[in-house]
Amino acid sequence: MSEFTVDVYQNEYLTDGAREVNAIATVVSTHGGAVPATARRAEVIVVDTSGSMGYPESKISAARKAVAAAIDSLYDGVEFAVVAGSHTAEMVYPPYSDLATASEHTRRAAKQAVKGLKPDGGTAIGSWLRKAKHLFAGRDDAIKHVILLTDGNNQHETEMQLDAALTACKGTFTCDCRGVGTDWKVAELRKVAAAMLGSVDIIPNPAQLEADFRAMAESSMGKSVGAVTLRLWTPQGAAVRFVKQVMPDVADLTGRRTDVGPQRGDYPLGAWGEESRDYHVCVDVQPGTVGDEMLAARVSLVAADQVLAQGLIRAVWTDDEALSTRINPQVAHYTGQAELAQAIQEGLEARRIGDEDTATARLGRAVQLAAQSGNTAVAELLGKVVDIDDPATGTVRLKSRVSDADEMALDTRSSKTVRVGKKG
Amino acid sequence: MNCPNCAAPAPTGDRFCEECGADLDPPVIVIGGDQPAAGKACTKCGGADFSTDGYCEKCGHRRPDPREHVELIVGAGGGNEATVGISDRGLRHARNEDALALAATGPVRITVVCDGVSTTHGADDASLTGVRAASAVLARQIRTGAKPEAATRTAVAAAARAVAGLPRTGAEWPSCTFVSAVVDEESVTAGWLGDCRVYWLGAEPALLTTDDSWAARMVAAGEMDEAAAYADRRAHTIVRWLGRDAGDVEPNVTVIAPSGPGTVLVCSDGLWNYVPEPKDLARAVTGADPLDAARALVERALGDGGHDNITVVLIPFPPADLAATGTPDQPPTATDEKDSRT
Repeated sequence: MSEFTVDVYQNEYLTDGAREVNAIATVVSTHGGAVPATARRAEVIVVDTSGSMGYPESKISAARKAVAAAIDSLYDGVEFAVVAGSHTAEMVYPPYSDLATASEHTRRAAKQAVKGLKPDGGTAIGSWLRKAKHLFAGRDDAIKHVILLTDGNNQHETEMQLDAALTACKGTFTCDCRGVGTDWKVAELRKVAAAMLGSVDIIPNPAQLEADFRAMAESSMGKSVGAVTLRLWTPQGAAVRFVKQVMPDVADLTGRRTDVGPQRGDYPLGAWGEESRDYHVCVDVQPGTVGDEMLAARVSLVAADQVLAQGLIRAVWTDDEALSTRINPQVAHYTGQAELAQAIQEGLEARRIGDEDTATARLGRAVQLAAQSGNTAVAELLGKVVDIDDPATGTVRLKSRVSDADEMALDTRSSKTVRVGKKG
Repeated sequence: MNCPNCAAPAPTGDRFCEECGADLDPPVIVIGGDQPAAGKACTKCGGADFSTDGYCEKCGHRRPDPREHVELIVGAGGGNEATVGISDRGLRHARNEDALALAATGPVRITVVCDGVSTTHGADDASLTGVRAASAVLARQIRTGAKPEAATRTAVAAAARAVAGLPRTGAEWPSCTFVSAVVDEESVTAGWLGDCRVYWLGAEPALLTTDDSWAARMVAAGEMDEAAAYADRRAHTIVRWLGRDAGDVEPNVTVIAPSGPGTVLVCSDGLWNYVPEPKDLARAVTGADPLDAARALVERALGDGGHDNITVVLIPFPPADLAATGTPDQPPTATDEKDSRT
């Protein structure tokens, strides 16, 4: 079993009458040097085989290689399947509707089957997800993961059909999504990844697909605890403003809450390997008087009804302004990172609809925030969409010509965050 | 009498048991706030359930703290011969991060007070850890014949090690200041690091300690006069403490030999912020019952704002022999908790 720790960073001091409590909870899980726990794992690889995957031909051939690389990364004993996604979902391997158990023999047979993938048909992502759910049936105690690749819009089902599929699949497995080329919709794939607690990224060049698939499969094999939840206890009369994952990327979890008894709610976090994630918790409590100390929230990491680790978020009311006005660097940093992601998405949306003033202002703000926080990856992506006159003030001009790939890369990666820089 | 450890007969006058070597008259040591406040309801909502981490399961407010208000007495019979100590949360701090211990062995009275550095997490643990370690070592050293000054230095070293061993739960290491007083029939020995104080309140009342604080440094260096230094917002910034990140932990030690009777007052800055003058303090304790006098001083600090935790210890000089007043069966403590103030 992995070891979890929760560290809380906050300024617990509030001025008299104040009620908003902010804290960053850093959750770290380690295997303690041991081999990852021998958890049951199940992996379904869904590869888009719609007709467009054949234009250019390099897309489908790169996809075949990428799926083969992912198959090679599966540990012996992992149950797996490869599904071809078009306007329906068809089995590639095994040839019948079930999971195969990974071994040298099955991996070789699966790779052989993948060589026969042919581009033909449409795109209906909801039906692919339902197929994965069906294949995972009966594996309640397994860590279930899907790798999903698409190259186009979800044309062959309605948005409502996709939403219904997401509702049906939510919480049963996690899904990392990749878009190859530039003919797919960032917002659509982001919605799928967010609902399925997975990542989303763009692979502009099909040649990069193989390395990315191998990395995703390896990361999936590194997961040792499935279905981890963040359980939040709050005092009577408190209201949760938001719970956001803020590292490695920004994801608002507020709406994912399931109440589990009085003053307690669960937020699903998906599967964990050896990794670290940060969460920003913001709670309004009943204000205390100077000298009072309150537990504003207790953050527990829970898996299989067991509490793995806990952190305390406190509120202490003081009339010492030197204490209450102190800004916690972690809270400030991640508040900025969340604003950065939002500014990029709003700026790109404004740019798409031709509102250049808003686009310039929002992307300028994003440039400023990225520079201040040392988020160089996002700053570089911004530099491909705007000409930067002064990063300190966020003075920018929209580039007149921006490639689709650059715009989509900025959009998909806008929520990637960095940690607080070292002091001084 | 019989040995309290192995029940072998022990002739009067023997210090150690001939059979098992146990101390036949071990020092009395009492620590403030050691006992948990069990069974107390939440002072905010009346709830009775508290989590193991000490918060009300209903409203989240912190469980009533046994350190909220502590009163200790050592020296049976009480009255003018008792050593008394009071520690109070004050009105502005969420916790009482001061800790105190009283000890007695033969005719010697000992006290240790630590004030948690409130910008550090676990400051309350630091101070309690400090007084526990120092009072045990100091009492044992004195009991086995060490000179007060040497015993003080050994005790500070033990407290420094204990506090430095505490885990860090926040951005900074838990830390505290330190003051001790050893009062025997001839002398008063004060040892300190930080800004807790020892006063001699006799015919010529005097402050025996010099604060390890920014203001005191400025005055000592001739950079500012006292009024200006203490008016500065950095005045109370301490420059020496116990904790993992403390530098030099060699205590300041001062010894006086009073020529007449008086009272030794040991306090945290929660008191002397409001009543700094030796003459004023002397007026408050002279002729009064020690417990009444200590309570009155705490009330005065509370009345003037109670901005910090307040700890006061009063030790009469010369101290009465513990053997003459008799060793009580029960630990001679009186801990009395007031309801939390709002």
